[in-house]
Amino acid sequence: MKSAEEIFEILKNEFGEAIISIEKDLPTEPIISINPFEIKKVCMFLRDNEELKFDSLMVLSGVDDANGEKIKDEDGTEIIKGGTLSVYYHLYSIPFKHKVTLKVSTPRENPQVESVESVWKCADWHEREAYDMFGIIFLNHPDLRRILMPYDWEAGYPLRKDYKNPEFYQGMKVPY
Amino acid sequence: MALKTETMILNMGPQHPSTHGVLRLELELEGELIKNVKPHIGYLHRCFEKHAEAMTYPQVIPYTDRMDYLASMYNNFGYVLAVEKLLGIQVPERVEYIRVIMGELQRIASHLVAIGTYGLDIGAFTPFLYCFRDREKILSLFEMTCGARLLYNYMWIGGLSHDIHPDFVRLTKEFIKSFRPTIDELNYLLSYNKIFIERTANIGVLPLDTAINYGVTGPVLRGSGLAFDLRKNEPYSIYDRFDFDIPVGKGLMGTVGDCWDRYYVRVQEMEQSLRIIEQAIDQIPEGDVQAAIPKRIKPPKGTVYFRVENPRGELGYFIISDGSPNPFRVKVRAPSFVNLEVLGELCKGHLVADVVAILGSIDIVLGEVDR
Repeated sequence: MKSAEEIFEILKNEFGEAIISIEKDLPTEPIISINPFEIKKVCMFLRDNEELKFDSLMVLSGVDDANGEKIKDEDGTEIIKGGTLSVYYHLYSIPFKHKVTLKVSTPRENPQVESVESVWKCADWHEREAYDMFGIIFLNHPDLRRILMPYDWEAGYPLRKDYKNPEFYQGMKVPY
Repeated sequence: MALKTETMILNMGPQHPSTHGVLRLELELEGELIKNVKPHIGYLHRCFEKHAEAMTYPQVIPYTDRMDYLASMYNNFGYVLAVEKLLGIQVPERVEYIRVIMGELQRIASHLVAIGTYGLDIGAFTPFLYCFRDREKILSLFEMTCGARLLYNYMWIGGLSHDIHPDFVRLTKEFIKSFRPTIDELNYLLSYNKIFIERTANIGVLPLDTAINYGVTGPVLRGSGLAFDLRKNEPYSIYDRFDFDIPVGKGLMGTVGDCWDRYYVRVQEMEQSLRIIEQAIDQIPEGDVQAAIPKRIKPPKGTVYFRVENPRGELGYFIISDGSPNPFRVKVRAPSFVNLEVLGELCKGHLVADVVAILGSIDIVLGEVDR
């Protein structure tokens, strides 16, 4: 059983620059930040290393950090320019019973993250959901399409903080 | 010259009686054998996560009820535990005991639906009626406690909405006494029924390493032979005080990890839940059912991921707080959503009729898959 600090040290020695930082002063769980284009290699290492063996991905969640510049649109609604979108990975090791939380941040205008689908199959649908809700592009994902929203939904990504409902969808009025 | 062959695409659902909700499966067939399954979900998407961002922390609880509508009590349970961990508060002992009892009653009720409808899918109608008769008794107990039969909004942050009814303990004991023989009855009627075994044994075998890689949890994972139960492996609330076993699939009728194993794990889990309730019901201490918490709930800045063992598997809530009264982000790791993903793997090479048996053995609730 290893703590998040120990795991951070191991990763730092193995990958150097790709491991950005660790946030320790949070009330519940420390979070390790990682470069979005290196995440797959890091995850592969975490899964296959004899001392770590993170064999299961508990959850993968997209988050809109809403930390960009907030601008008022002509019709009074708010839009966000710049800032980041993030993806959180919660990993668990069944043999060693330790946990770790990873985080990658990617620019809002061109959000790209390496897919971890080939590491844990479980990530397939979670990544599709993050794409569906936030528009995060997962590079090298085999089948990246919408999952919960209709396939022909063109009004953007609903869980972004500046999302606006469309007036009509397929001739049906949307706001009720 | 070789004969020209091609595969056929067959749509199953969205309105199909055995899909337990609104689910469309795109089956790629080679004759009657399945080459590939592509599930299409999202028909019941109700934007839970978007709604939650506009609500205060206590206002989210009724929405959690509506995700897994067969295990509402447990959805409340997971959410309030996550928020309580973020707030760092302790709830009174009485609350802990009542929560565990309600949670385990809910587990039995949910497994009864799973078992009953599974029999129905495969062609056994009678066990369904037996199961629903007993589930009705549990729903009456819930109705007596909080007034609702399906969507309870019973567990609140820091406590419960109501104390239990004075007759609750007596009636629960009566229920346990009357329910034990029903499990045996059910076993003779369905579990050891030759036709049922023919349909489920050696069908949809899920090897353990595939199961872990796909992240499946709950009875589906335990059916594949791994004794992993969050109540034991990562005890939350007061589960560490009770004595119970984790049933696992042993391949009694066929291979480890087949449909029959997953089904039988649920039957055995009902017995274990009864054991937990029996131990808890005699120990409920006197006291208050609300901890002293502020009127306006404002957790400190930070994130929490909290997971509990729902009847269907690992139910996790990932909550980000920005210090305001509304959650910044609530992500639900729904067990059915993850378990459904493995369907394609299980169905390969089986007959079309087996898809129904395999889907039933995973026991999904579409309300939770689509949220």
